[in-house]
Amino acid sequence: MIEKIKQYHFLFTELVKRDFTKKYKRTVLGMAWSVLSPMLTLLIMWLVFSNFFANNMKHYVIYLFSGQLVFAYFTDSTNLSMNALVSNASIFTKVNVPKYLFLLSQNVSSLINFGLTLVLLFLFSAIDRVAFTWKFIFLLYPIICLVVFNVGMGMILSAFFVFFRDMQYLWGVVTTLLMWMSAIFYTIETFSYKIQLIFLANPIYLYIRYFRKIILEGSIPTVQFHLLGAAYALIALALGTYVYRKYNHEFLYYV
Amino acid sequence: MRSVLKVENVSIRYKYGDFRDIGLKEWAMRKMTHSYRVEHFMAVKNVSFELFEGDMLGIIGSNGAGKSTLLKAVTGVMVPTSGNIERNGRISALLELASGFDGDLTVKENAYLRGAMLGYTKKFMKAAYDQIIDFAELKDFEERPFKQLSSGMQSRLAFSIASLVQPEILILDEVLSVGDGAFQEKSSKKMMEIIRSGAVTILVSHSVEQIEKLCTKVLWLNHGEAVAQGDTKEICALYKSFLKGNTEALNKAAAKWPGNQGVTQEELTNG
Repeated sequence: MIEKIKQYHFLFTELVKRDFTKKYKRTVLGMAWSVLSPMLTLLIMWLVFSNFFANNMKHYVIYLFSGQLVFAYFTDSTNLSMNALVSNASIFTKVNVPKYLFLLSQNVSSLINFGLTLVLLFLFSAIDRVAFTWKFIFLLYPIICLVVFNVGMGMILSAFFVFFRDMQYLWGVVTTLLMWMSAIFYTIETFSYKIQLIFLANPIYLYIRYFRKIILEGSIPTVQFHLLGAAYALIALALGTYVYRKYNHEFLYYV
Repeated sequence: MRSVLKVENVSIRYKYGDFRDIGLKEWAMRKMTHSYRVEHFMAVKNVSFELFEGDMLGIIGSNGAGKSTLLKAVTGVMVPTSGNIERNGRISALLELASGFDGDLTVKENAYLRGAMLGYTKKFMKAAYDQIIDFAELKDFEERPFKQLSSGMQSRLAFSIASLVQPEILILDEVLSVGDGAFQEKSSKKMMEIIRSGAVTILVSHSVEQIEKLCTKVLWLNHGEAVAQGDTKEICALYKSFLKGNTEALNKAAAKWPGNQGVTQEELTNG
């Protein structure tokens, strides 16, 4: 494994560079835009939900932002990852390289995006006078889970996209559904306990909830909560690895 | 002499049919109406050859003979359905030259990316870069987007990257016909240099003259089967007459090299 990393380290950095230049088209504005776009979504949501629905929850902007942040990272990463195999077909049908490299390099740029937006979240939190505590360190946990979960989902989706070229549209429908089920702009406290538990079956909601617990409530979630979060990530990764292993030499027939 | 590449009884089953570029909806519809067909055929049947240091093998055969599929198995992009391939050295492959480059990146960025794909280290690439650009004669185009290059320039770059690094196994698929006359001469010269340094080269070309000129051994594939392999002059002569419509040449070659008829060694020794 370590030998492999060494062997492909150069290729990996070159792929990251390529994806980065292509994504931002060599402009500063390109990078600014990728941060600006989630901010605009946030602004619209805030306008709609705090004014029209007369929401007067404390720190509502942060509540909204943390949900939007996690969800945007998930959709950005999975949508980019989906293309990882198909758009690199001309490479892996000619040269024998590990196919997950393409996917990981795509994920580096979405992770950087996420990082930039996260800085903004902290900035907003400071402006909104949210109390910063040492517990913020724990945010690393859901972030790591989320990275692993996104990579796993990306593997599954990119493989599916090789086989079925209409996956993009189907995935668009699924993400919309997930968005409504992730309580990004509403709270679920008014629901019964049972329904609140059902929400935790959605990994994205679980990671969002973790963020809010730390930032807004200043409390660390239970051990079970941690285990569930890790389980989602590891299951996604295991499935993804399985699909890549199984179809490693099949992909080239489909592209 | 050291054996660098050993291909033993390799067969490759190829898959084709309705599964390409299909959507989930279409797939479901076809499954329901039972019009979803996937078929298999043997693209390469029981081919064996062994190459030693300094060998240059030319692979000839008409379209669909299995040349490219065989090369893909040698590079490890495809896995043989049966048989075994032993590689003792680093492979540098040029399959369909200009593909795999990215039009939006500059020539320099593409050179680095391609070098990385071929398994070079960063240090090596840094050291070899100037040499590569000089050989490809693209010094003035370094910072231009790749898509602005002509196809000849693109192939020149690809050839330079793959050949300037002293690979132990070099695979060339229809690439020597790139560039103008002057560059062709230069690349042929470079090839000879690589061969003399002890590398093994596999060349696939539709130009029989080129193969005759360069190769020390020839493998003739027909519908996935090895018709003949060995002496360049003899086989090329038969192949040329086969191309002119003389089907007798195929039988003649088959009779002369009986071990290559898709018959395994065991079958031969057993009678």
